[in-house]
Amino acid sequence: MDDRNKHWNSESLTRIPYSLYSDNLIAADEQIKLFLGNTWNFLCLEAELKEAGSYRTTHVGETPVVVVKDDDLKIYAFENRCAHRGALIALEKSGANANFQCVYHAWSYSRQGDLTGVAFMKGVKGQGGMSSSFRKEDHGPRKLRVAVFCGLVFGTFSSETPDIQTYLGPEICARIERVLHKPIEVIGRFTQALPNNWKLYIENVKDSYHASLLHMFFTTFKLNRLSQKGGVIVDPSGGHHVSYSIVESDLADNSYKDQALRADNDQYLLKDTTLLKGFKDFDDGITLQILSVFPGFVLQQIQNCLAVRQILPKGVDRTELNWTYFGYVDDTREKRTVRLKQSNLIGPAGFISMEDGAVGGFVQRGIKGASDHNAVLEMGGEYAESSEGRATETSVRGFWKAYRTLMKI
Amino acid sequence: MIDLISICSFNAAYAMAIDSDNLEQWPNFFTVDAVYRITNIDNVKDNLPAGIVYADSRDMLEDRIAALRLANIYERQRYRHILGIPNILSQSEDSTEANTPFNVTRIMATGQMDVFATGYYQDIFVKAKGSNSAVSSNQILLAQRIVVCDSTVTDTLLALPL
Repeated sequence: MDDRNKHWNSESLTRIPYSLYSDNLIAADEQIKLFLGNTWNFLCLEAELKEAGSYRTTHVGETPVVVVKDDDLKIYAFENRCAHRGALIALEKSGANANFQCVYHAWSYSRQGDLTGVAFMKGVKGQGGMSSSFRKEDHGPRKLRVAVFCGLVFGTFSSETPDIQTYLGPEICARIERVLHKPIEVIGRFTQALPNNWKLYIENVKDSYHASLLHMFFTTFKLNRLSQKGGVIVDPSGGHHVSYSIVESDLADNSYKDQALRADNDQYLLKDTTLLKGFKDFDDGITLQILSVFPGFVLQQIQNCLAVRQILPKGVDRTELNWTYFGYVDDTREKRTVRLKQSNLIGPAGFISMEDGAVGGFVQRGIKGASDHNAVLEMGGEYAESSEGRATETSVRGFWKAYRTLMKI
Repeated sequence: MIDLISICSFNAAYAMAIDSDNLEQWPNFFTVDAVYRITNIDNVKDNLPAGIVYADSRDMLEDRIAALRLANIYERQRYRHILGIPNILSQSEDSTEANTPFNVTRIMATGQMDVFATGYYQDIFVKAKGSNSAVSSNQILLAQRIVVCDSTVTDTLLALPL
């Protein structure tokens, strides 16, 4: 295909054409082949749809979507587009509805996305009305297949996408189950507007190479855990990943204090160390687990700080990053306070994440005028497989492996 | 009693400290065990407690400034705070609750200038005790400043405090 010649002239995953971050045709193709194609897209948390009628509006790629719980307590999702003229059906971010009605001409829809009412369908006083051949059943917004896994609600527009557990694979499923093993509740929502193509953010999430180089907070305040072990898991499709690190449990409790004592006098130490005072959420010693699901979902555990992130393209050079912070329903007050304090590490003002909001923009600005050049992705080899160390770009190459498969590019 | 004019004067000094890059002064506007949090109007409506900044001590504010100076990486930028007239909600001998609207413009080193945040401060002011206040001319301190942003969206990142 011509596109392949235009953007990529080899099968290698170690060179990424910069044009992929700025080409409007590629962005339009992604909407069809990725977001509306054979992928599962995160819609919301099950915990956000508390009762029958609860709904949220969100997006799959740039396509607006309504996700709603019906009386059967099942979750349904449909395109947020009236079948009449295409106006948004639901305007609020969230709410509770018996049914949905488009404001423009009052066409109404059930919670399952079926067109149930057309205003003046029989006309007014015998005048007007829809033609006798019009059947409501033939019209309606596109419906999504919905899958709920561990309280994560995913949707797909395609009938061919494999079931969610097959899509994720056993290793990713296990790592999701590890974090979402009991009921959760939302403790805050924040959105970050990123001045870059969406792929630059998901690459950043998967890039375990940059973490200790760009994010200096832990290093500066001598909070590095020298005993850290870790690794990267890349699923066979390449599209999903887990990056994790483990602190040896015998060192975990005293290492901050010991390091504080050893630190040079001229080095700054945190004045209020309660910021990082944590507790053991998990028995496996893993203190950091970043997990991504292709194309744009992230589940994070950074110490006791738990969140999901939804990555949505907004045109070729803008991205919306939706953070939803959560805790467990059975958290004690003390545990909840720990999570709230540790949330200083993440989000738009996070000590170890604020830089990620800016670096994508540095790339987006840096590659202007270089659309026939490539990014280099050779750290840790040429492949996209699981790896012991974290000085690797293996899961970033994995993203491109899945991307090329679905985009046929 | 803490009167309106003292709060106005305090807020003017607070804004000037941030906007003129005297960030090391910023924690001194707070009591030792002050609460400072940045959130948005939707979280307040839904009663969700998290913040993009969440501090419950002055030391945490000092740590944030140290991190901005020493650790965090962000493009050079300035703010210009325009603060409205405080709306006093309740007053006692020792403390005053007030809401003050803000409009913060962010000016990047490139010259790009945007409305970065609007919203209101939900404040509790108390009288400063002893001489530990570096803003002693004001004689009042914040025991609480909840920064409630009108928009749920933060552009790029939030480095400097609001």
